[in-house]
Amino acid sequence: MIGLTHFLTVAAILFTLGVVGIFLNRRNVIVILMSIELILLAVNINLVAFSAFLNDIVGQVFALFVLTVAAAEAAIGLAILVIFFRNRGTIAVEDINTMKG
Amino acid sequence: MSVTAAFFYLFAGITVASAFLVIASRNPVHAVLFLILAFVNAAGLFVLLGAEFLAMILVVVYVGAVAVLFLFVIMLLDIDFASLRQGVLQYLPIGATVGVIFLVELILVVTTYAVDPALLAAEPVVGEVPVMTNTAALGSVLYTRYVYFFQLAGLILLVAMIGAIVLTLRERVGTKRQDAVRQGLRTKEEAIGMTSPPIGKGLGKGLGSGLGSGLGSGSPAPARPREDA
Repeated sequence: MIGLTHFLTVAAILFTLGVVGIFLNRRNVIVILMSIELILLAVNINLVAFSAFLNDIVGQVFALFVLTVAAAEAAIGLAILVIFFRNRGTIAVEDINTMKG
Repeated sequence: MSVTAAFFYLFAGITVASAFLVIASRNPVHAVLFLILAFVNAAGLFVLLGAEFLAMILVVVYVGAVAVLFLFVIMLLDIDFASLRQGVLQYLPIGATVGVIFLVELILVVTTYAVDPALLAAEPVVGEVPVMTNTAALGSVLYTRYVYFFQLAGLILLVAMIGAIVLTLRERVGTKRQDAVRQGLRTKEEAIGMTSPPIGKGLGKGLGSGLGSGLGSGSPAPARPREDA
């Protein structure tokens, strides 16, 4: 029988893969954004799993809002990426130091 | 092993494997394609949990919009991705260490965590035929108790849309555009001039430059004066 723990474990593995992805691809902003999407997916799996097993629909409402914010964040992040590439000709993270004091 | 368990392990295994390939693949286009695979299989997990509406939304929003946006940006920008991959082995030890510690902690939390048995006993949705469909149940709370949050989510999307457009809109120089305000403010005196040049001399320079002085590059072409013979 598949229980709550199974889903939470899958979400934990996904979350960890997202965090490790941010560490591994420290130069590539696009892969960092994709890792953030993985982290948000893991959060969504957690919310939906608790919603289903505790028989409470509110978790799915919250997952819907997380999905909304994730889509908005991806759009804004990629827009910033495009204008940064247009101005500087690179997307390497360590070159992004214009605002450093 | 029941069918549900078999599908759970199928979806979970493909989700985790493709999530690993998202962060490990050299080509970012492959990474986006594996991201799509991960999201589709996560939608399968949502279906197993009885959240059909969210599963469909995940496929539509992520695969249809976000992943395509990622693909679009990757293919639009001329980036040397090979040079961006160079530091990976350098960051591998710290990344793996943090990842392993994090995963062990999370697994310990998840496996030792206990939900109140009374809550779990309250007939779980999974595996049963609900009285109301998932979409109807979601809508019945989303548009009543959480209507303000719903409106707020719409506002966030509006702000994101306007922000993305404003950020990426580029004013090109040299393109001809209609400027309705300038067009409306033009008077007859500065736009039209009457002249009667002598035969064989043509239009003098004075009138043409006088007409052109009030017109920028962005304005529509000036009305040509009639050449009365």
